[in-house]
Amino acid sequence: MWDYNKKVMEHFLNPRNVGEVENPDGTGEVGNITCGDALKLTFKLDKDGRIADVKFKTFGCASAIASSSVLTEIVKGMTLEEAAEVTNKDIVDVLGELPEEKMHCSVMGMEALQAAIADYRGEAVASEADEDHEGRIVCKCFGVTDTKIRRVALENNLRTVEEIKNFTKAGGACGCCLDEIQQILDGIWKGKEAVKEDPFAQLSVVQKVIKIQEVIDREIKPMLEKDGGSIEFVDFRDDKVQVRLQGRCAACPSAAVTLKHTVQAKLQELLSPVLTVENVK
Amino acid sequence: MSNTKRVIYFDNNATTAVAPEVFEAMRPYLTELYGNPSSIHNFGGQVGFAVEKARAQVADLLGVRSVDSKGHHSEIIFTSCGTESDNAALFSAMYTCPKKNKFIVSKVEHPAILNVARELERRGCRIGYIPVDSHGRLDLQRLEEMIDEETALVSIMWANNEIGNIYPVEKIAAMAHKYGALFHTDAVQAVGKIPIDLDNSQIDMLSLSGHKLHAPKGVGVLYIRRGQRFRPFMIGGHQENGRRGGTENVAGIVAMGQAAAMAKADIGEENTRVRALRDRLEQGIAAVVPSIRINGDPDHRLPNTSSISFEFIEGESILMLLDQLGICASSGSACTTGSLEPSHVLRAMGLPYTAAHGTIRFSLSRYNTAEEVDFVIEHLPPIIARLRQISPYWDAKNSGR
Repeated sequence: MWDYNKKVMEHFLNPRNVGEVENPDGTGEVGNITCGDALKLTFKLDKDGRIADVKFKTFGCASAIASSSVLTEIVKGMTLEEAAEVTNKDIVDVLGELPEEKMHCSVMGMEALQAAIADYRGEAVASEADEDHEGRIVCKCFGVTDTKIRRVALENNLRTVEEIKNFTKAGGACGCCLDEIQQILDGIWKGKEAVKEDPFAQLSVVQKVIKIQEVIDREIKPMLEKDGGSIEFVDFRDDKVQVRLQGRCAACPSAAVTLKHTVQAKLQELLSPVLTVENVK
Repeated sequence: MSNTKRVIYFDNNATTAVAPEVFEAMRPYLTELYGNPSSIHNFGGQVGFAVEKARAQVADLLGVRSVDSKGHHSEIIFTSCGTESDNAALFSAMYTCPKKNKFIVSKVEHPAILNVARELERRGCRIGYIPVDSHGRLDLQRLEEMIDEETALVSIMWANNEIGNIYPVEKIAAMAHKYGALFHTDAVQAVGKIPIDLDNSQIDMLSLSGHKLHAPKGVGVLYIRRGQRFRPFMIGGHQENGRRGGTENVAGIVAMGQAAAMAKADIGEENTRVRALRDRLEQGIAAVVPSIRINGDPDHRLPNTSSISFEFIEGESILMLLDQLGICASSGSACTTGSLEPSHVLRAMGLPYTAAHGTIRFSLSRYNTAEEVDFVIEHLPPIIARLRQISPYWDAKNSGR
């Protein structure tokens, strides 16, 4: 039993804007009966280019019907430029929440909208058949392309194969493509992870300097002082930390080792792996 | 989903209500009669007698009359559920027939068989899967070709949980024995609905589950024909003649016995009154709702089960709208379980996707009434019409596309 919230149930039980607009300006059809859900969206523009009327027909479960209903409410009155920016997250936001396994229902809403806009603009309709040209089919059971997996993963910050299944259905039947989906995810997030997840990189120069000073004073200096040495923070530019080793350290033959394995290692560990250290006389 | 709302329970193949008499029978064993049946003192010993009485009641339902030297129906072993019984049967066959490594099952078995078969495959066994036709009938010719001297066990369900088909297990048991293979049947859906006479059959092992026949969840039975080699699945103490370790679930076993006695008494009712209710429901829906299919084998079907496909709409939506009215049914559609594909049974039958996604199973019991059936006949058609009005496919169909 799904634990749908009140909003989802309300839109399922009383869906808004059911039907088809007569002589529509744009029509978007996505999904198919094999997949278990499908959505046909039609809209008409007013003289200012805003969506005056929009209607849907949906084959699918309660969350698919609720997602479609909410979508029509969101886009009514929007210009096509505004509507083109609507994503599945906007649908979920209005609904409050959807069960994880049902996220693909909100994605279907977004796709139908994009298809309808493309239809109006006379672009190649972004139907599933055409997506084949954009991408390569990864999930053969549900006809999901690598392009779609990448797009949905980036838009919704999806990191696991399970999440991809919930949002796109890919890998949900025979499971033959699970390895391939993992590779796509690896391709997206490896590399990006390092840069994005480094909070130090987001700091201003002043904040960086303060952090470095803190680490040197609190962590590094006491260590060196135990051996009769000391350290002074001199300057910081382009991720390079300039320090001056003092006391016994200054004269120590293994100063270079201390610099790399103690000072630099500590700064990298506590602040950022991009930091390097050099000793200035 | 408030609890005070009236409930029309048409989901008896999922589980059943505990019969009031069953609850009363088990109550003392949850309160004052808490002894261990293995104990030497009378306080525990009397509980042991209750277990043997229940065993006799189950034996009676299954047509097992022979007793061992102690006067016990030791061909009946109590387990924790139908799934445990299925596991025990298949694994026992694997261990006791080391020279044979082939197992044959049907494509429409319950996961309690299919997933065990997959596990056996991982352990080096070969599995043959018998296909079914569009009515869910087994391809017996294919079965005949598949069974050979290397076959350890054939396991075919007596009746299918989703579409209610009854399979010719006696005939299949005879085919298996011709090649020296064992025969097991998962009879979870059949017991209590169709007469069973194991003493006059060739069935070697049979599984059943208490909660499908008005006993509580947590008790099952495995029948093993006398003389049949068996290796326990649950290893432990000497309980159940050393064939199933673990202190007996006495209250559940007593309940199982009472439920078996009642099922035996009511089996006629299942095949007359319950069957009539099911037929009334089916005909009532078919008379007013267009574009439906009634699934299964019309000539060999459980009296309580009706599987109906409502074309061009999706099952979860139907169930949710029925639920708003307190009507409980289940579906073979994907969305209800979080899986993305329709049930393996419907797919094995080759049901078109237009129908598979909108398949609803109604399963009745002797506690249902004609009034409940009429309520569903009255309220279901508008639900179907409403969802079809939302469906893009219904439109396309009617405009002749």
